[in-house]
Amino acid sequence: MKSLAELQAIREKARQQISVREESDDNIRVLVGMATCGIAAGARPVLTAIMDEISKRGLKNVTVTQTGCIGICQFEPVVEVVAPGENKVTYVKMTAEKAVRMVNDHLVNGNVVSEYTIGANAK
Amino acid sequence: MFRSNVLVCGGTGCSSSNSEQIINRLKEELEAKGLEKEINVVRTGCFGLCALGPVMVVYPEGAFYSMVTPDDIPEIVEEHLLKGRIVKRLLYQETVSDDDTIHSLTDTPFYKKQVRIALRHCGVINPEIIEEYIALDGYAALGKVLTEMTPEQVIQTIKDSGLRGRGGGGFPTGVKWGLAAQNHADQKYVCCNADEGDPGAFMDRSVLEGDPHSVLEAMAIAGYAIGASQGYIYIRAEYPIAVQRLKIAIKQARELGLLGKDIFGSGFDFDIELRLGAGAFVCGEETSLLASIEGRRGEPKPRPPYPAVKGLFGKPTILNNVETYANIAPIILKGADWFRSIGTERSKGTKVFALGGKIKHTGLVEVPMGTTLREIVEEIGGGVSDGGTFKAAQTGGPSGGCIPARFLDVEIDYDNLIEIGSMMGSGGLIVMDQTTCMVDIAKFFLNFTVDESCGKCTACRVGTKRLLEILEKITSGNGEKGDIERLEELSYYIKENSLCALGQTAPNPVLSTLQYFRDEYVAHVEEHRCPAGACKDLTRYTIITDTCRGCTLCARNCPVGAISGAVKEPHLIDQSKCIKCGVCMEKCKFDAILKG
Repeated sequence: MKSLAELQAIREKARQQISVREESDDNIRVLVGMATCGIAAGARPVLTAIMDEISKRGLKNVTVTQTGCIGICQFEPVVEVVAPGENKVTYVKMTAEKAVRMVNDHLVNGNVVSEYTIGANAK
Repeated sequence: MFRSNVLVCGGTGCSSSNSEQIINRLKEELEAKGLEKEINVVRTGCFGLCALGPVMVVYPEGAFYSMVTPDDIPEIVEEHLLKGRIVKRLLYQETVSDDDTIHSLTDTPFYKKQVRIALRHCGVINPEIIEEYIALDGYAALGKVLTEMTPEQVIQTIKDSGLRGRGGGGFPTGVKWGLAAQNHADQKYVCCNADEGDPGAFMDRSVLEGDPHSVLEAMAIAGYAIGASQGYIYIRAEYPIAVQRLKIAIKQARELGLLGKDIFGSGFDFDIELRLGAGAFVCGEETSLLASIEGRRGEPKPRPPYPAVKGLFGKPTILNNVETYANIAPIILKGADWFRSIGTERSKGTKVFALGGKIKHTGLVEVPMGTTLREIVEEIGGGVSDGGTFKAAQTGGPSGGCIPARFLDVEIDYDNLIEIGSMMGSGGLIVMDQTTCMVDIAKFFLNFTVDESCGKCTACRVGTKRLLEILEKITSGNGEKGDIERLEELSYYIKENSLCALGQTAPNPVLSTLQYFRDEYVAHVEEHRCPAGACKDLTRYTIITDTCRGCTLCARNCPVGAISGAVKEPHLIDQSKCIKCGVCMEKCKFDAILKG
């Protein structure tokens, strides 16, 4: 160890690994529907894609959790994004590709991808 | 990225109740489900709630599962980790709110009043991965000290913080460091006392098992402050998990250059070696400990010279306790004022206690100095177990004393405890209820000191043996008038004529129980009666003829066949055969057995 910067670099990298253990109310929660309907419709690759992209982007304040069936099985895979102080956004008929865009546009830049949401798809 | 972290306690308590198997089973199940890349299984140090072990926490939900068995694992993996449904039946009930939602562990009565400084990483990080320690500001204090502070500033900060030695004596740590810094020598040493010997104490073990790097970092800081380049940790060989994790920690710190030459490019060199003790209680005494590190017999030496002047290998040495070191890095990072803001007038910061005995939440707690015994026992500890009533608490192990119920509201700090005839000690806190005989307790601790006296001073070697003999005489029903006075006289004699703290404090359990429970001694000596019913030789079980229905349950369960009587006729206990095990009383459905 030759400098504080070197320690800081290790710290930053390790921090992401354990940030999920901090119980914070400020975290953005991403919920992936993983009931039978969700898994059958392909929720697993969606979940993996979301996690890979978050990892690539180095996002720290995001937790990814699975959830059960919310009753709109025809729209699975369903992904919900719950950010503190904002309305819940429900994305439907997700794919791995759509998930990557959702992470980049919504989680990184704060722009909801309206065309994937339930509002745009349920018409 | 791991979407979920499963933290499983790997402290000694949970390890002995199969947490290792739980971890293996978890890994197998996760692999079978293809989840091993999404879910990180972490073996941590002690969470503190040892009574509920094995315990595990699943993040991000913060679900706290207690008393988990390996057979519960498939359900946890299938339901919680795969489908996202928390397994409610395994949750620690204190974390479940009335509306069936779960709340954080830190909001439970056990944790709410705790302030975790020394235990800050226990149950939070994997102690075998240095990066996890670094992620939570590990080694940042060492970096700050080496790049921004002079040794004098470091010592001043520790002095200002008011930190006092956590091994029991309560000597100001900064002053100790300052003394060693003043003495110039070609070589100085920094030593760590991890020879935790009090029966029922496991604070230091838990810190080393859960957060070994915090001790290594603090020792390096101490080395910089006093001008030492070599450290030794003296740890008992009976702590295999702690030894193993320390070895791993030292190796990892060396690999990253956090121990070794030219740390942080500052020109400061520091390295640490382990020395395993064979488990002699006297080696917790500083001069004996240093002698043992040198490879000599662990026997105390007269002081002065103090180790700060002439210690290990004749060089200036500081010796601090594990818990003391665990407080150093936070003080450096957050400042002396922050540390001073916690605690009482003369005792700053927090203290770790190992709760044991007749208490519901047996385990490890860290509370601010000045917390009352009532808060620790009734709120954090969950009260006396099995519905008993609180009689006394024993602190300070074989060197300490008993605190009776009337002092439950005394604020615990170094000085208050000495005032009421006990001492802080290293932090063992044993709760006793109405079934504990105080003479028997004194006998227990004397038994320990008789075994552990190193034999150097006659007063300690022979005196403690004689003390024990008088106590044995009293508890076997042969006490005679004058025994209590003889106990007192001999106790003061031993205190005055022993060289080290072992002998000087050995009579404390006798003196403090005499101070608060003299009536129990009197009952033993004059009436040959044990008020608590704990001394077997003074206890008799008899059957109340009028109440006995002759159900034969007691006779069938008596292990020595001491009970006789026909069916539906009152039974009788043969006192010459009775071993006073109390099984008859336990089994009787009609309360027909009398103990006394």
